[in-house]
Order: sequence, then structure tokens, then C-alpha cells
Amino acid sequence: MERFIEGKMHVFGDNIDTDQIYPGQYLDVTDHEEMARYCLKGASAEFEEAFIKGDMVVAGKNFGCGSSRENAAIALKVRGVGCVVAKSFGRIFYRNAINLGLLLIVCPKIDEIAQMGASLRIDMDQHTAMNLETGNSAEIEPVSDYAMKILNAGGIKSLLRDEEMDPTV
Amino acid sequence: MHALEKILAAHAGVDKVCAGEIVNCDIDVAGINDLYPQAMYSFREINGKKVAHPERVVIFLDHYAPASTIRQAENQKQFREFAREQGIEGLMEVGQGVCHQILADKGYSAPGRLMVATDSHTPTHGAFGAFSTGVGATDISCILKTGKLWFRVPEIIRINLEGELPPGVFAKDAILHVIGKLGADYAIYRGVEFAGSLIKKLSIAERMTLCNMTTEMGAKAAYIQPDSITEAFLQAKNISGYTIYETDPDFIAGAEHTFDVSELSPQIAAPSSVDHVSDLHEYAGIPVDQAFLGTCTGGRIDDIALAARILKGRKISPSTRMIVVPASKNTLQKAIEKGYMQDLIEAGCTFVTPGCAACLGTHQGLIAEGESCITSSSRNFPGRMGHKKGEIYLASPAAVAASALTGVITDPAPYLE
Repeated sequence: MERFIEGKMHVFGDNIDTDQIYPGQYLDVTDHEEMARYCLKGASAEFEEAFIKGDMVVAGKNFGCGSSRENAAIALKVRGVGCVVAKSFGRIFYRNAINLGLLLIVCPKIDEIAQMGASLRIDMDQHTAMNLETGNSAEIEPVSDYAMKILNAGGIKSLLRDEEMDPTV
Repeated sequence: MHALEKILAAHAGVDKVCAGEIVNCDIDVAGINDLYPQAMYSFREINGKKVAHPERVVIFLDHYAPASTIRQAENQKQFREFAREQGIEGLMEVGQGVCHQILADKGYSAPGRLMVATDSHTPTHGAFGAFSTGVGATDISCILKTGKLWFRVPEIIRINLEGELPPGVFAKDAILHVIGKLGADYAIYRGVEFAGSLIKKLSIAERMTLCNMTTEMGAKAAYIQPDSITEAFLQAKNISGYTIYETDPDFIAGAEHTFDVSELSPQIAAPSSVDHVSDLHEYAGIPVDQAFLGTCTGGRIDDIALAARILKGRKISPSTRMIVVPASKNTLQKAIEKGYMQDLIEAGCTFVTPGCAACLGTHQGLIAEGESCITSSSRNFPGRMGHKKGEIYLASPAAVAASALTGVITDPAPYLE
């Protein structure tokens, strides 16, 4: 994993549930590229126009709460979201995202530095997130060893291909 | 250890676990529903050839069943082919109902079992004293291949519910009140145990409603200690081969809260989050275009019985459509036998195929822009049941029926006398 991860922020509020990340009417879609088109369609009209691959999604508490639909994590990943930074995450969404190799960062005070359109830089060694426009930063929680192992492998599927894999070791 | 920790320890083959630890566990029941064809694809991507324990896998066609689009039909067809190829006998076809109700009806839910399903409301089965949790497609594909899954042992929160529910107030009102007080993110990663004098009086159905709704506080799992009510339910279905775990007397919960329900009035979660809870009377009189009675949260026979009691011999408001989705085929059959279906149809309700229906906006009762819906389901996020600018109110099944009758949000108590 790179030490620094940077991207332009797209800012959302609290309790952005997976229905808003990936609306129910598209749940019968199985093609990942098509899923990516519906990313955050329930939460924001501007996102579709303004988002560029590598940008970041920044949110309040409980991002990804609600339904376990993996489509939500797939859509974010395939759309090209560099990482999602939020105060907290729904736990099923967290697992789904890490399993796919999508970086999620918990930043309890992200609301103090979030700014639509400004760039955010994550420092994975110093455990900080910095708004590059204002220079203000906030602490991030280190990603667990377990999640890092999965992220560094590009997702859990490459680890699970081995016959005798015990993921807890 | 807490009983939930003991369940994890037993399935991980270790003597002891503590909160925060990662364990790898054998899974007793692995449920997959029709929103998750990705489970089959991920299984192939990880070189899955033969499902490790096909007898433990249950496939549910419930979230858009019968299929309303060609793609939905295609996805369900793939599941049938997979079940056949892998010798998975537990294929719950169109019309069998919602996954969680089927698991309860058919005896999959039992104390001490470790149950995982591709559905966020899987904590429902904590009502039976199981450790039961939801996951996505790729995690379930891991279980398909290996029969196991890893978990981080959760911290346990205890919620004590004391007192008696007043007339017209039900388990749904109690849990809405709790979520309103604690918040939609309160229980993230935690296990939530319900205890207290109220719990001992609640039926399995009401316990399922409590546990089901812990998902809306972010809970990983829920738990109610099995007792004579649990055992009577299981005995009636001839279910055996389970283990009841008990929490150690010296176990200390991460947090404990006590709520007295004796003064509680009917509750409502207003748009657009589940913790946006108030006394229902604060919203009384707001017109409702649709009343929706169903789902794993509030579509059981007791819920339909309450609606029938309120609506029998009456007609619902001409400005409100009421959709009734029995949670399972079993529930539908009971509703027919007891005359509830007739009573409700005569009152102006319409029935749809047992399954999830409009709960998640896939089919069978969506709402248009500017429409309002009162529902016995679990979520009211924007766009959940149709248009983003539709308004969804969560309430008890009784309040849903009373509101259909009057055409506006209504306290059910006067109609239950």
C-alpha cells in the first residue's frame, strides 16, 4: 500500500445507506461496469457529473449502513473511488469493501476538514488526513493488520484461491 | 464469556474468546438470497468446485419473486442451476417467502447455532439464541468453499426492557423507541442482548421483531436467552439437536441500558432515518397513500391477525391502498385458514406473493414522488420503497392497519378495544 493517498473530495452526510449508494431498482444487474454507473445515484445528482476516477468519497457516520448488498461496494470500487473516508461505517459494507480491495478509512473528525472539491491527502504511516487547501488535518484510525493483508492482496479472492487458506493466520 | 461468545468459541474449536479477537468458525446455516448471484461468481473466482457442506446451504428466491424483469428471472434461473449442480436441496422457490421467516418456520433457527446469510436482517435469529449475522456475496462464497468464515468477536451491549406494553403498543414500538434514543450507529460491530421482565412475556414473533430491528442500530448480532417459550416453539416443530448456552454470571457487558415500556405510546420513525423516532401522535393526521404490511420485520401471522382485527367488517380509506405480504407461504396459509385474508380483502386490502415485495423497492408496491407510505418494515431511507422524494414512515403492524382505515397516520389503540 502506498504511504500517501490523495484525491478530490465528494462530501456526503450521515447515514448514507447502501440503498442510496446503490438503489434497489438496479439490484438485478450483475455486470460490474454497469453497476458502476449507478454509484451513489440515490444520494447525489452532482456525483455522476463531477466524479473523476481517483476522487474520494467523504462522509459522516454510518456510511454504508443498511442492506448487505455487495453491489454498493462493487459500484464504488469499479467507478474508481480512490478511498472512502467516514466517521464510521456499516459493518457489512466494511467487510464487502475490504474484500474487494476498496480502502476505507475511519476518521472520527472528518467533518472538521471535509470540503467539497478540495483535495484530501491520507498519510497511512502518520495516520492523518489533511485538507490540502486549508492545511487542516485530522487523525485517522489505523487499518487493522487483518484488513491490510486483504487490501494488499487486492482483495480477499486472491487469498481464498489457495486451497488450504486460513485467513486468520 | 457471554453466550454469544460461547457460540463463537464452540464453532472455532477453542475454549475461550474475547471481544476484538478474530476467530475462524464453522457455519451451521449459510443462507443466500436472489440478490446475490455474485455469490456464485465469487465462488468460481476463488476456485470453488464443490460446495463444502451443501446440506447447510439454503437458497432463497425472495427479494424479487416472482421475477418482474428478465434479468431477475435470469438470476433466479442461475440459482436453480447452481442448486442442482451442487446438490443443494434447500432451494426455497418463488412463493416460499422471506428468508428469515422460512428459516424460523422450517426449524433452521435454533439455540447455539451459528447462522450467516446474505441479508442484513440476519440478526433476527438471535431471538432463538443463535449467533446470527449478515454478510455480502464474497464472504458467503468463502463459506460455500470452506464451510467457515472469520469473525471479529463483538462487544456485547445489554438492553433491559421492563414493564408491560400498554394496549395498542407492541414490540415494534419498543424497538423504535430504543433506536430513537440510542441512535442508528449505536450498536455498530456489537452484539445486542435483550433481557428484562418484558422479554419473558414476548412471543417468538415479537422477539424476532426486536432482534430484526437491531440491524437498524448497526448490530452484528442480537440475542435473547432461550427459555420455556423458545423451547415450546421448537418442540411444536420437533426441532432438536441444539445447544442452549448461558452467559457466565460474572460477565460484564460493554454497556447496559434499561427502558421501562409501561408508559410507552405508539411510536413512529419519520422520514428519512430509522432513528428519527417520535411518539406517533406527533404525526397523527398526516395522509398516507399506501399502507404496507409485511416483511421479516412485521409480516407474521400475529401481525396479519392484528390487522384483520382492526379492519374486519370495515373498509379502508378510498385514498389509501393497503398491501399485505405474508412473510411466508406458511403465514399465507394460516391467514387463509383463519379467515384473515378474506377479512382484509373485503376491507379493501390487496395481497401479494410472500417475499420481500416493496420493502426494498424492487417490486410489488413502490411509491411515486410525493407519496407517503406507512409500513411495518424496517427502513425509511430516501428512495427505499420507490421515488427518492417519497416519504416512508415506520410503525407497528397495528398502526399500519389503523392508518389504512382512516387514510391518515393513526394510533391503533382505539381500534383494538
